Order: sequence, then structure tokens, then C-alpha cells
Amino acid sequence: MEWETVIGLEIHTQLSTKSKIFSAASTAYGAEPNTQACAVDLGLPGVLPVLNAEAVRMAVKFGVAIGAHIAPRSVFARKNYFYPDLPKGYQISQYELPIVGEGQITIELEDGSKKVIGVTRAHLEEDAGKSLHENFHGMTGIDLNRAGTPLLEIVSEPDMRSAVEAVAYMKKIHSIVKYLEICDGNMQEGSFRCDANVSVRPKGQKEYGTRAELKNINSFRFVERAINHEVERQIDIIESGGKVAQETRLYDSDNNTTRSMRSKEEAMDYRYFPDPDLLPVDIEPSFIDDIKQTLPEMPDDKKNRFISDFGLNANDADTLIASKELADYYETTVKFSGNETRLSANWVIVELSGTLNKEGIELNASPVSAQMLGDMIKRIADDTISGKIAKQVFEAMWNGQGSADEIIQSKGLKQVTDTGAIEKIIDDIISANPQQVEQFRGGKDKVFGFFVGQVMKQTQGKANPKQVNELLRKKLSS
Amino acid sequence: MSLQKEDVEKIAHLAQLSINEEDIPGYLEELSKILHLVEQMNAVNTDNVEPMAHPQDSSQRLREDKETEINQRDAFQKIAPQVERGFYLVPRVIE
Repeated sequence: MEWETVIGLEIHTQLSTKSKIFSAASTAYGAEPNTQACAVDLGLPGVLPVLNAEAVRMAVKFGVAIGAHIAPRSVFARKNYFYPDLPKGYQISQYELPIVGEGQITIELEDGSKKVIGVTRAHLEEDAGKSLHENFHGMTGIDLNRAGTPLLEIVSEPDMRSAVEAVAYMKKIHSIVKYLEICDGNMQEGSFRCDANVSVRPKGQKEYGTRAELKNINSFRFVERAINHEVERQIDIIESGGKVAQETRLYDSDNNTTRSMRSKEEAMDYRYFPDPDLLPVDIEPSFIDDIKQTLPEMPDDKKNRFISDFGLNANDADTLIASKELADYYETTVKFSGNETRLSANWVIVELSGTLNKEGIELNASPVSAQMLGDMIKRIADDTISGKIAKQVFEAMWNGQGSADEIIQSKGLKQVTDTGAIEKIIDDIISANPQQVEQFRGGKDKVFGFFVGQVMKQTQGKANPKQVNELLRKKLSS
Repeated sequence: MSLQKEDVEKIAHLAQLSINEEDIPGYLEELSKILHLVEQMNAVNTDNVEPMAHPQDSSQRLREDKETEINQRDAFQKIAPQVERGFYLVPRVIE
């Protein structure tokens, strides 16, 4: 039988606020355990949550960016469950009236086709703390620094039909929240994570199959693997006459398997109800308008601009807009290069990204700034150096030997463009190699390369290649 | 609607409360009374009434995103039953 996969994703993005969603404790990552967990985060008696304005603004920003409905009035609710990573006994979340309503995301697949994925809602909630089960002699250690960090949970419609589509959707959301600067997108630190609802059904069937919820997926690669693994597991169960259980499964990336977390019998009964500690949140139309006015350029628009204004091809544009930092770096490079858009794209994609990759360095720690690279490209464009010599200059800049102009000066890398000087070198070479001259004049065009090589050798690569070609042709055929 | 003994046990379980068997009939009666009150309210026609999320007809005031809390871990951990290396210790939670 042919099976169809149905996937919906719940993406949790940690909002980049300074303080927590309901308390004024820091949200900084990596602090000593429990040094950023205040009375509110600990759920001590008598405390009251006070909503962070910035978290609200960021949630609305996301909603506006995806063209979603923004609720004029949204409500916080208590989601009741007992787990020591949230000592209150409930998580403050949103249930019936989330801040962001229905919206849409367009994903592009590798074959260039596009697909619209529905966003059901996005709601604000607080993150939980962390539980450590090892090294506490049979007990569990609790760190509540993360408890109360603002999360925007973005819930999709079950619109994806393959793991590849799910990854494309997740990457799209990732780039949107990073462009909006509402989430740092750091998956290793858990700032961006995802749960996947996966089910299968016979192709052509309308009703959805029973779904399993996969938790604990923290990389794009694992999303694809976890979903593919789960799909196979479900098909195996059905084809051998069994039934898929509705349950939560934990993805284990070490073994590429999933295992059951909670059985159906113990299905959670969260007993949501409006949190009496918090009043409804009213959003004025003027607040939404202000955000609309200040929205940054989104990835799709940037890509189109790079293609139409800068003359880039779609592949290069895609590579450059993959992250906002890289796109910004590229645009700065273009500016300082004297608007050399394609040459700059080439250098950023090939030399810069390649070197960063090889050295395992993040773009923001690059020893070659966008201005330095732009200044160097300007020297290629104005024929001060050749592209080949530029690689030497780039390497020297990378190693901290100064700006392009300083390096060209100190290493004497300036291209020889003095026609007289080049002519003299050519004359010497021609008289020293009569045999090759004969061959060339006899029609052996390949020998031309030999002469070019000789000139470059004599000038240590500093002769302008175009000029060398012209002069050589002229002299050899005269 | 009246509750059954199993309902009381389930509610207690969800609330993580340990209750004595002999107290269940008492809880059953009291909880059922609350439900009767709710039933009475349910009988009122509210078709054109917008539900309120809060008895106070007002909206939430927002706090500026500023970090003002200082680290008071030592004070908080003094009243915790068990701590180690800065962590709060709880009976092992098994997933």
C-alpha cells in the first residue's frame, strides 16, 4: 500500500528579551545554576507575574511579519501539570485566545516549487527550568534559571507531507525570527526547538491517522531523521496488523530511535483556565501599525532585491540571505567595493565562507571585516591587483597583517601595468625561446600558455593578465 | 450531575493530593455541591454575553524589559529541603 505522511510542527522560540516574561530576572544563558531564578520564577507564595512589554512586542512583530491576525485581546491561561522544572505546578501559557492567530508561510523546495504552510497560531508562554538526572546520587537536580524565559510557540497546520517539507518550514521560521531579531536561533542552547506531530494514512484517505508527538528535536538534521524514523515505525506497526498509539515519544539522536514518554492512559489533563493573576492583554491598532512601519526587510524580499538590483543568480542570492548576518556582511562589502556586486558575492561565498568553514569560525568573529574585504575588491576592480594576487592579500588580511592597501604596499603586490616594462620582459622571453616561437608561429596555439606562464613567473604574478595577453599576441604574431 | 468515587480519586491524583479512603464520601458531597452550583449558573441564558477572562474589566499593564532582580540564591536555598552545588534536589524524576 502507498502511504502518505502528515506532519504538523510546534516550534518553540525563546524571545531575546533581557528579562523574563513575568519577572525581572535575567535571561542570559549559561549562568551558575539558580542565580537567575527569583521569587516569581521559584513560585514562592505571594508573588505576582507582571508581563514583559518587549515579549508582547516581539510576538506581535512575528505575527505582522507573517501576515497573521493579531488578537486585539488575548488571555493568559494556566496549564496545570506537576513537574519540578516549574515549581508553581502550572505553566502560564495561552489557550483559547492566543496573541497571534492564523497566518501563512511559503516554503520553497529544492526543485524550486513553492508550497504554502498554514500557521494555526502563535502564543506566548514561559519556559520551564532544567532537570539533571545524572550525578545527584539517585536524585534529580533542578536549575530554574531558564524557568520564565519568554517563549513564542508557533503552531503549524498539519500541512507538511514529508520530512523534507518539515525541514524547509522549520528553516523558514528560523530565518524569519532571526531577521526580526526576536530570537537568536541558537539551537545548541535550546533557543529554537521543535516538536513534530507525525501520522501516516493510506494515500487518498481523507481522515488523519493517529499521531505521535516527537519531542526533543534540536537540529534541522534531527528533524528529518526523527520524522523519517517515526514514519517507518508507524507503517511497520500498521502493516503488521497493529495500531499506532497516540502518545508522546522522545527522540534519541544518539541511536536515531524514538521511545515512548507517556502512555495514553496517563494522557495529560492540563485543565486550562484563565490565569486570575493576569488581566487580558489589549493590543491597540496603533501599536500594530508602529510595528508594521519598523519591520525589517524579510528574507524573500531581500532575495528578490539581490537578484533584480545586484544581478545575482538565484543560487547565490539564496546562499547570501541564508542568514541576516551574512546578507548584511555582503551588502557592506558591496558598498566598500564600489558597487562590485557580483565580484563581492563571489568573494563572500567562496573565499570568506570557505575560510570561515575551514577554520570553524563564526562570521561575527571573522578577522576580515566586510569593509576590509570591500576595500580589497575595489583594488581588483581598479586593476591594482589581479584576482590571483588578491588571494594572497586576503590570506594576509586574515592573518592580521593589515588592510588590503597596506599589504599591497608592504609586499609590493601592485600589478605591473607599465606597458614598457612588460614589453621588455616579453622581448627577453621571445629571444630566449626561439624554438617555442617557431612552434607558435607554425600554428601550435597551445604554446601561448607557455609564454604567459613565463611572463607571470618573471613578474611574480604581478603583471596584469589582460595586458600580458594582448602584448604577447601582438609581439608573437609580428 | 453528581460525582463518583473514581472522579474524586482522579481529581486528587491530578492535584497530586494524597487522600484518606474514609474522607472520600465527604469530598464527594462537597465537590458535588460545587457542581450543582455551576449547574444552576449554567441554566442562565448567556447567548449574547461575551465571556470575561477576568472579573476585573480592565487590561494588563506591561512592565518595561529591564533586569532588576539580584541574585538571592543563598537566601532561597536556605529554605529548600535539599540543595547541592547550587541545584535544588528533588526525588528522582523519571521520564
